Amino acid sequence: MAKLIAKTPCEGLLPKTIGTVELSEVVIDRAWSVAPFKGQEAAVSEALTKALGVGYPAANRALSKGGARAIWAGAGRALVIGAEMPDLSGLAAVTDQGDGIAAVRIDGAGAEAVLARLVPLDLRAGSFKRGHTARSFVNHMTASVTRLGPTSFEVMVMRSMARTLVHDLTEAATGVAARAV
Amino acid sequence: MRITCPHCGTRDGREFTYQGAAEILNRPDRDADLAVWADYLHNRDNPAGDTRDMWYHNPCGAWVVVDRNTVTHAVQGSTLASEART
Repeated sequence: MAKLIAKTPCEGLLPKTIGTVELSEVVIDRAWSVAPFKGQEAAVSEALTKALGVGYPAANRALSKGGARAIWAGAGRALVIGAEMPDLSGLAAVTDQGDGIAAVRIDGAGAEAVLARLVPLDLRAGSFKRGHTARSFVNHMTASVTRLGPTSFEVMVMRSMARTLVHDLTEAATGVAARAV
Repeated sequence: MRITCPHCGTRDGREFTYQGAAEILNRPDRDADLAVWADYLHNRDNPAGDTRDMWYHNPCGAWVVVDRNTVTHAVQGSTLASEART
């Protein structure tokens, strides 16, 4: 049988350094969408905590422990990344998203300025702290934006939008770099 | 225009899609009179003042009922559609 060559969503596009900003791909090998059934959120959280060390995140929050991460992903839905999913039958609708997501990490002093050009939110450290996540837009794309550190963010979009995401981030970073003295 | 999403907080209007009057939540009984169904499907008020309508918050997927004023453009409040339904 033919062996398929796996490609990551941003293969050939990243990494890039533009001015003070570094764009790199976050390779997501395992990812699951977890949507708790009505009234089962606490039970799902307990099962996840037991198996992975991270519970079900509150709205606009992202949790991480070891390699496992749980990121709030919209109304009634979270994304669990980097871990084997425990059996949640009867508790939640679980969907494999392993190859469906493109994630890009934005590091550097200009990261906030770059995202300010694309995301209609106040992502400055005062209001958007580490562990905060938001569902919003990056330019015209629906995206998930998470703060990883003082000058680090992660942006996730649908895999089919990987090239557009890299293009938009590159344009914004080039603009920010051009203004820097 | 800024609308409050019950999950995400106050967000720019571009994140939302208008989905029609909130009356759509008050679905008549299956056996209701045809006139009632016709009214539910086709007739909408066009108020100058307080109005209630449905918006979809695209990035997070929430259906929101928004109270707003068409004269002053004030957005007075919002509730999740799942909770607004009576």
